[in-house]
Amino acid sequence: MRTATEAQLNAGQPPPEITNHLMAFNYQPKARPAVHPGLDFQRTTDPLRLRTEAPVRGHSLDPFADRYAERTHGMTASEIRALFAVVSRPEVVSLAGGMPAVTTLPLDSVGSMIGEMVRRLGAHALQYGSGQGDPRLREQILQVMALEGITEASADEVVVTVGSQQGLDLISRVFLNPGDVVLAEGPSYVGALGTFQAAQAHVVHVTMDESGLEPDALAAALGELAAQGRRAKFLYTVPNYHNPAGVTLGEDRRAQVLALAEAHDLLVIEDNPYGLLGFEHEPLRALRARGTNRVIYLGSFSKTFAPGLRVGWVLAPHAVKDKLVLASEAQVLCPPALSQLVVAEYLESQPWLEQVKVFRELYRERRDAALDALTALMPAGVRWTRPEGGFYVWVTLPGGLDAKAMQPRAVHARVAYVPGIGFYADGQGREHLRLSYCFPEPDRIREGVRRLAGVIEEELELRATFLGTDPSRAGGGQSHGQADTPAPDLP
Amino acid sequence: MSGAGFERAVVLAGGLALEREVSLRSGRRVADALRHAGVETAVLDADADLLPALAADPVDAVFIALHGATGEDGSLRSVFELAGVPFVGTPAERCRIAWDKPSAKTVVRAAGHLTPDWVALPHATFRELGAGAVLDLIVARLGLPLMLKPAQGGSALGVERIGAATDLPSAMVNCFAYGDTVLIERFVKGTEVAVSVLGSDEESRALPAVEIVPASGVFDYAARYTAGMTAYHTPARLAPDVTERVAQLAVDIHRALGLRDLSRTDAIVDAEGGVHFLEVNVSPGMTQTSMLPMSIAAARLDLGQALRAMIAAAASRTDMLGNKSTVRV
Repeated sequence: MRTATEAQLNAGQPPPEITNHLMAFNYQPKARPAVHPGLDFQRTTDPLRLRTEAPVRGHSLDPFADRYAERTHGMTASEIRALFAVVSRPEVVSLAGGMPAVTTLPLDSVGSMIGEMVRRLGAHALQYGSGQGDPRLREQILQVMALEGITEASADEVVVTVGSQQGLDLISRVFLNPGDVVLAEGPSYVGALGTFQAAQAHVVHVTMDESGLEPDALAAALGELAAQGRRAKFLYTVPNYHNPAGVTLGEDRRAQVLALAEAHDLLVIEDNPYGLLGFEHEPLRALRARGTNRVIYLGSFSKTFAPGLRVGWVLAPHAVKDKLVLASEAQVLCPPALSQLVVAEYLESQPWLEQVKVFRELYRERRDAALDALTALMPAGVRWTRPEGGFYVWVTLPGGLDAKAMQPRAVHARVAYVPGIGFYADGQGREHLRLSYCFPEPDRIREGVRRLAGVIEEELELRATFLGTDPSRAGGGQSHGQADTPAPDLP
Repeated sequence: MSGAGFERAVVLAGGLALEREVSLRSGRRVADALRHAGVETAVLDADADLLPALAADPVDAVFIALHGATGEDGSLRSVFELAGVPFVGTPAERCRIAWDKPSAKTVVRAAGHLTPDWVALPHATFRELGAGAVLDLIVARLGLPLMLKPAQGGSALGVERIGAATDLPSAMVNCFAYGDTVLIERFVKGTEVAVSVLGSDEESRALPAVEIVPASGVFDYAARYTAGMTAYHTPARLAPDVTERVAQLAVDIHRALGLRDLSRTDAIVDAEGGVHFLEVNVSPGMTQTSMLPMSIAAARLDLGQALRAMIAAAASRTDMLGNKSTVRV
């Protein structure tokens, strides 16, 4: 192929290929005018540099496309994720993200505390640390877990992690082979599903109702797996103030789930980031407080203190713990020493339980605002859970509405939520959406629900036009919240 | 405005449209290229701070990397024209026609070019006349498969190919989530190409066409913005006479619609070499996987220098009164 020279370009002439191309539709290169008339990319005062590459032929824009691991195959650009970009604009009421209200922290005293800690312990705080985590913090974590009934545990069984998300990833790495079965509530925490997917596991969802995971459904799933000659590697569960369903595993159910785990030799992963954020009663005893070695427990300071520090932990039996530590060292060498010491100092020197109370009151007020607005504004047939703690309300849409398909309309209406399909590994959940009330002020929550109600009404009208669905008959009529709160997975 | 040369620019990216994410990607790429070309460049969002920021710190010209409404429908450009802010790209009134796919198709057909048969209808029409009867008529007249598209907007958002009439009602519901009017088009099988045009009026020139071959067969959002999911052939693997007609179509459209500085026309080349216009973009994507930058590279032009030339052209334009544009926000 012929190429133009720099001199040709500097003389105001396009390279031969371009000349030919342009000539093909009667373009005649003109003498450069004295005054720039518009876009003239042959200006000699701004000569365009000659590209040395050959024209792109059959290029996928990713030279490594044939080298990626199979587990990356789902990692593509996503329209859903793209639509979330507008959430950062103040015009949009975001009921989507689960961001803790960190501005209620006593930031001045936390700042002073951190400064003082660095002055005093900087050589330690700014250095590599133990792969298992700071020993003092691990002792303190025992005291935190005791608040939810976990008293028979040793600091040596605690592995500090980069948020409990890293704990989930470590557990997946340690336990899961491609094709392994994981049991998880349906819906389930999207971050956990991501780690299971990365491990190429097969997630089997177990249905929930207003009291959380249904033991009968769990028994049925275990029986079905046994009949197929398969075995679940573990059950993943969020028993308190579930993300995204907002429900809590009842006291009786906890015993039933553990009895089933015992009967089927099932390992249980208990993920409990919200346990101390209950609005209406003392924390229920954790599964780990009842089932010792059959339960691996995940905890986090993201909701009780600050998510930006990325400090969580795993409490696991010794043999498992040893593998988790080795896996963690291979991944991050050690959890951040600075963050760990900040948490340790905070727990030791600040009234952190009082702050948790502040968080609880704040979130309760916002939960009430969300539920009141839903009751006042939602069209008939829309149903939702009534969370007794945590961050989330799980909404069920009537009349076959699809929360993912509805999302562009919501973006136009300046309100954001998370479509339910993201909380299932198998494509379920289209008729659901998650609302998060933890971050916006109550007035904004009400405004967001008002906008969402309008979006739902418009979608119902559209479906009535094209699919003949009568909105007034859809979804079984009035069933707003409170005592008859529907199950997240009921139709 | 800077004294010597055209050295300061604002790239507008973000916005509140569905394509915000794509716009942010485009904006970053444009800003990087301009900076590499020596243009001092700031990236701003189209929000309440924009006009005061431009007034307080005027630049030579604004590059609008906003996709979707506001950036492409002419509204923001109208404000810039009122305020005397020089900007790269098509004037406001011309955007209104190009941005609306049915309007653009009407102009293109009137100019003698092929474009798939279509009908564009708002929700109210289906509600008032009965969706079943109208959809039956559409299928009877346009046949299957059909392409459903929001009448306005880009990035393949809301675009769906319908192979069976039974899928049409639910697809209509999904498509109306993107906008008030749906464009229903006869599906034309063929080679998908994108032709970018630079310049204005008689100076308009087509760049080498990009041929698009998505691995999945569908050039949807994921195929557009995930590197590796689509193969791009630039120049497109077309016969010389087809190459010429594709380029001619893009230039004709650019001129017929009165577009300025840059545009990208998407078209289908059928098995007989017929070139069918699909849509034209007045704010084409500028991301790492977008076609206009590919065409610029295939033309052996430097993206930064080409963008810098556009900034220069915008800065040197005169307004309707014959005055050189200046920021008077």
